[in-house]
Amino acid sequence: MQKSKLVMVGNGMAGVRTLEELLKIAPDLYDITVFGAEPHPNYNRILLSPVLAGEQTLEEIVLNPWEWYSDNHITLYTGKKVVQVDRVKRIVYADDGTEAEYDRLLICTGSNPFILPVPGKELKGVIAYRDIADTNEMIETAKTHKNAVVIGGGLLGLEAANGLMLRGMSVTVIHVQPTLMERQLDSVAGKLLQKSLEERGLKFLMGAQTQELVGGGDADGQRVTAIKFKDGTEVATDLVVMAVGIRPNTQLAESMRLHCNKGIVVNDTMQTVTDARIYSVGECAAHRGIAYGLVAPLFEQAKVAANHLAQFGIGRYVGSLTSTKLKVTGIDLFSAGEFMGGEGTEEIIMSDPFGGVYKKLVIKDDKLVGACLYGDTVDGSYYFKLLRDGRSVADIRDKLMFGESNIGDVGHEGHSKAAAMPDNAEVCGCNGVTKGTICKAIKEKGLFTLDEVRKHTKASASCGSCTGLVEQLLMFTAGGDYSATPKLKAMCGCTDHGHQAVREAIRANKLLSIGDVYATLDWRTPNGCASCRPAVNYYVTSTWPKEAKDDPQSRAINERSHANIQKDGTYSVIPRMWGGETTANELRKIADAVDKYKIPTVKVTGGQRIDLLGVKKEDLVNVWKDIGMPSGHAYAKALRTVKTCVGSEWCRMGTQDSTQMGKDLERAMWRMYAPHKVKFAVSGCPRNCAEAGIKDVGIIGVDSGWEMYVAGNGGIKTEVAHFFTKLKTPEEVLEYTGAFCELYRQEGWYLERTVHYVNRVGLDYVKKKILDDHAGRKALWEQLQFALDGEPDPWFDFEEAAVDTRQFIPITAV
Amino acid sequence: MSEWKKICLVNDIPVLGSRRVARAQGLDVAVFRNSEDQVFALLDRCPHKGGPLSQGIVFGTRVACPLHNWSIGLCDGQAAAPDEGCAPRFAVKVESGEVYLDAGELAAHATDLARPHAGPACKKTA
Repeated sequence: MQKSKLVMVGNGMAGVRTLEELLKIAPDLYDITVFGAEPHPNYNRILLSPVLAGEQTLEEIVLNPWEWYSDNHITLYTGKKVVQVDRVKRIVYADDGTEAEYDRLLICTGSNPFILPVPGKELKGVIAYRDIADTNEMIETAKTHKNAVVIGGGLLGLEAANGLMLRGMSVTVIHVQPTLMERQLDSVAGKLLQKSLEERGLKFLMGAQTQELVGGGDADGQRVTAIKFKDGTEVATDLVVMAVGIRPNTQLAESMRLHCNKGIVVNDTMQTVTDARIYSVGECAAHRGIAYGLVAPLFEQAKVAANHLAQFGIGRYVGSLTSTKLKVTGIDLFSAGEFMGGEGTEEIIMSDPFGGVYKKLVIKDDKLVGACLYGDTVDGSYYFKLLRDGRSVADIRDKLMFGESNIGDVGHEGHSKAAAMPDNAEVCGCNGVTKGTICKAIKEKGLFTLDEVRKHTKASASCGSCTGLVEQLLMFTAGGDYSATPKLKAMCGCTDHGHQAVREAIRANKLLSIGDVYATLDWRTPNGCASCRPAVNYYVTSTWPKEAKDDPQSRAINERSHANIQKDGTYSVIPRMWGGETTANELRKIADAVDKYKIPTVKVTGGQRIDLLGVKKEDLVNVWKDIGMPSGHAYAKALRTVKTCVGSEWCRMGTQDSTQMGKDLERAMWRMYAPHKVKFAVSGCPRNCAEAGIKDVGIIGVDSGWEMYVAGNGGIKTEVAHFFTKLKTPEEVLEYTGAFCELYRQEGWYLERTVHYVNRVGLDYVKKKILDDHAGRKALWEQLQFALDGEPDPWFDFEEAAVDTRQFIPITAV
Repeated sequence: MSEWKKICLVNDIPVLGSRRVARAQGLDVAVFRNSEDQVFALLDRCPHKGGPLSQGIVFGTRVACPLHNWSIGLCDGQAAAPDEGCAPRFAVKVESGEVYLDAGELAAHATDLARPHAGPACKKTA
């Protein structure tokens, strides 16, 4: 069969990324032809500044070398500008007469620099800053001439100025606004930036309006010699770089009569609204009125366009929320959202001009709507997430300014500034990834997004506490802005729906099985993946207890074999010890089992239980039977331990019988599955020996009753539990604890601990549901008791717990 | 000619699940069944850190390793990019609901690969 013909006009980052995505999923569908106006293969435009500054070479910023095109059988015409397209005959014409027919056309002409319409703009030495040719001209000029003027105090202008200064020129930056980078920074941060750049040797003329460029330089008298301002003053110069903005390059599209409005207008599938055979991605495309200029949105567009070109027809681009996180000459900047503030907004500001740190958070209606950080940007991604999630920050307002990194983050030696770290320093403590490894992977594999770095290096892929550091590394290794993310995060690659949408659909449509969910919500894969199936299984069973049927094949191995898999494929067994109390009889049975099954390690856990490690899968059933104690669910996303102190029964300080309270809680709520593991603790007095302050629910006995704390965590990030309420009786403790757990079970997203759930919905919301709504609280407690009533112990009631016992015994082939 | 050895019925393997097949020498062979009732066989060992693939979640024509979630193709044993590695494959035949493996492969294929050690045993070997 004859292959279809795909022609791409414009050989830049967004377009080539589209081809890469296309070749990944449909390598043989098209004969591909590419036209590029520049005489180069695809290179990383964002890294022109490091080239100008002499930190990298042109060869180093090439993303797709010539061989890439030939290896993929792509016909590449460089240095040929497409000047005409016949949409009826479907032929593309270049300026030298080269023709190419197409079935599908991809227009990625990017953008053009805006040139101020002043007299003298055509003089020699007056250039824009957009491509390799401009960069080379600046490098050459710096060798022979002394003075330079950069018009424009935005990101690009400052980078050009910095580069020229490093190449030995005396540089003046002209900016029409009173402060620098006014679209990314507020005036305070802008002034801090100016001061810091002045200290490095740049000169600034703020509020200056250019009137004309004066010629007469060089032997032929054609070179620019000075720039004249409206107030009559002049500055002598040999080079003028205009960096006053870019405009989508729609010249070709307009000549083809494609509808253009602030760019080539495209729909959610990146097809032009005028002609469905023609796609457009990148800076030239206007999607829902926005032409994006940052890499991450362009790559999202590329993915969608490729998917449609491959005739899969799934996936839509729905726009991106972007943040700016820039690296200008060793200065960290971050801004996102409405950082300028405005009507109805409040601001929290921390300013340390001497230390060069400035942070501003803008809040509206209890939500974070903007952030502007200067000097210390490690919390940028944290603020960006809060912004995107749009959750109430009322309960964390007092801590908000100090960011996520100030409290108990572990695993990266307390580093918060990636630039200052040596190459051998560990960034990701979970997966042992050093700064050097990450930077190398970014450079060598051409990585652009956080997700790509996670996939390739595993850095920040486990606990995620080093995400901010990895983003900083991406920023100064790959350049530019990479933190833009889709507005809504999909559960996984199998669907576009997020966790919340899936939970709501299951409740609204009474979906009782994973298959129902996949069919109703148009899942892309027949039976999901290892990430969505366990989540959906949890959602149906927790939303419809006793009606939805649990699917063991959709549970991870620990919950399928009811033991914890170890690195050598053996398992660990942790029997339940109510409230951490045991007896001689239990210990004797455990000891006998250890001898009988030659269990190599016996360890006391942090949760006051006993762990038997290294049990062979074949022995699990017999070990459970011999010990005869209930399952401890130490392997499950379920209620695990209830840690207690000795309490008033023995302790001379104890005010309440914490051991009994703990046992009662455990007996009432064991076998309770949840979005993630759940741990309780009960202390008998405020000395809090059971460490109730870092548990999902912590109960602390006081003379007049019990204090209840929620959403603590002792893991990756030590989170102190919030005081929730004061209760009088053990019955109340059961009811309030149960209601809190049931709310979390019904609303939490899979793998979301209580701390993250409460952070997402806000503590005030949880208080309203549990403390203020008495009928609602009782209903939740009843729903939990209903769900748990008669639930089987999976170590003994195999059939009821749907334990497939065939798994324990291998088939023998001998 | 290869000699096929009868292992079990297709129905002995859970849908979207697997069974381990013990052999005289070497690690077990994992036999997988997907939702289309296709049967696949790989050495029960992830190319990453030796995890038992038979204990993973099966989806589509892939299995996720239970240790670190590497996604391994059931048809070819290959890890999904950007991870790199391959689990040895075993020939499978399904005939009237019965699963067969190649006797020669069972006896000799990939018998040199072992599981990583854990517990006190790993200190001795380290």
